[in-house]
Amino acid sequence: MRRAEPPPAAPHMLRVEGLVKTHRVDGGEVRAVRGVDLEVRPGEFVAVTGPSGAGKSTLLHLLGGLERPDQGRIWLDGQRVDQLSEARWAVLRRRGVGIVFQFFNLVSTLTVADNIELPALLAGRSPRQVRAARQELLAELGLTGKEDSTPADLSGGEQQRVALARALVNRPALLLADEPTGSLDSKGTREVLRLLTRCHERGQTILLVTHDAKVASAADRVISLFDGEVVDDITLDAAPYPSRPSRAAADVVKLQG
Amino acid sequence: MRLPLMALLAKGPAHGYELKTALEKLFGAAYPQPNIGQIYVTLARLEKSGLIRGEDVTQSGRPNKRIYELTDAGREAVAAWFDEPSSEPRVRDEFFMKLALAPATGMADQVSLINKQRRHYLNLMRAMSRLAAGEDRDDTIAQLLIEGATLHLQADLDWLERCQEELE
Repeated sequence: MRRAEPPPAAPHMLRVEGLVKTHRVDGGEVRAVRGVDLEVRPGEFVAVTGPSGAGKSTLLHLLGGLERPDQGRIWLDGQRVDQLSEARWAVLRRRGVGIVFQFFNLVSTLTVADNIELPALLAGRSPRQVRAARQELLAELGLTGKEDSTPADLSGGEQQRVALARALVNRPALLLADEPTGSLDSKGTREVLRLLTRCHERGQTILLVTHDAKVASAADRVISLFDGEVVDDITLDAAPYPSRPSRAAADVVKLQG
Repeated sequence: MRLPLMALLAKGPAHGYELKTALEKLFGAAYPQPNIGQIYVTLARLEKSGLIRGEDVTQSGRPNKRIYELTDAGREAVAAWFDEPSSEPRVRDEFFMKLALAPATGMADQVSLINKQRRHYLNLMRAMSRLAAGEDRDDTIAQLLIEGATLHLQADLDWLERCQEELE
């Protein structure tokens, strides 16, 4: 719906022009991102896929302000951000952009509850609101009861979900996530997908990098990155859940007697 | 559908409609539902080959129904079915033929073929997720079937990526 009729002058949630990033490693150069143009409208759920080394994580780091582009420009919600100082980025990440990286960057000395609540308290919300938001997120992610654990007590999959909860606690307009299900089993993946879908339904914009096709297929739009360039940009079927799907699982696995 | 029907009869005699219901109950929406005509035709063929035996049961006020049971030969066939490993893993022959032949024909571009195929798989994957969400979570058999389909699609997508890496 949102995609079909964008308001005429609506700013893009995210706009990228001619993005280039080259990493220098061991005296050599790796052109990680080689001229990416991208537009994401408010409310879109976009997955970026591609083989490892295609530049997916670098692209996400550029979009989240963790790395600076060599060339190109980035606008977040109409604001030019590629030249912002680290301090300005920190504010942006607290207010409008939630980010989950492959390395979860949880504060090891804080409890799970404090890790999640911290960004919301820094943003000036009331402790009561913040506690309610934290409890809701933990419940949605199947982590109720882990409030008082520290990150070291958690499995990789649990830490990953805590990082996601932290990124979502301020209900950011844009969520950027790098392999948000990378350490999860299928149950954990399902919980994360359910939460992301709910965020999407609430109108939050999501851009995630994933190698998991199940995760990619939950998005409305899938961008394929290859060798630092966008090679395909597709919109997936939006048909509502069919009561009797024509393509059943058995067609795919060729189940027959 | 021959062997699944025979396997259902291993539990005890049943008529066609009972078998249809049993299949539906087992697989849910994850399995393309067999129509009753298909089941009757298959049962008639199995009976002709001596793998099952049918007997008409008179019903008052309704047409007779035919109850089937496994013969010894049928039971042996089901045992042999369970005994054998199942057929080879699926390979996307037709897509691979297109990919291999595209350059020589000059009629299609390999990268476009890969992109088109990826789009198709992703849409199938999306359909699988919807199917999984629509099925009862406690219906383990249906969920496992969907999970299998999903993993196959993931493998197909990984393989597409390999094709792209090698051919680009």
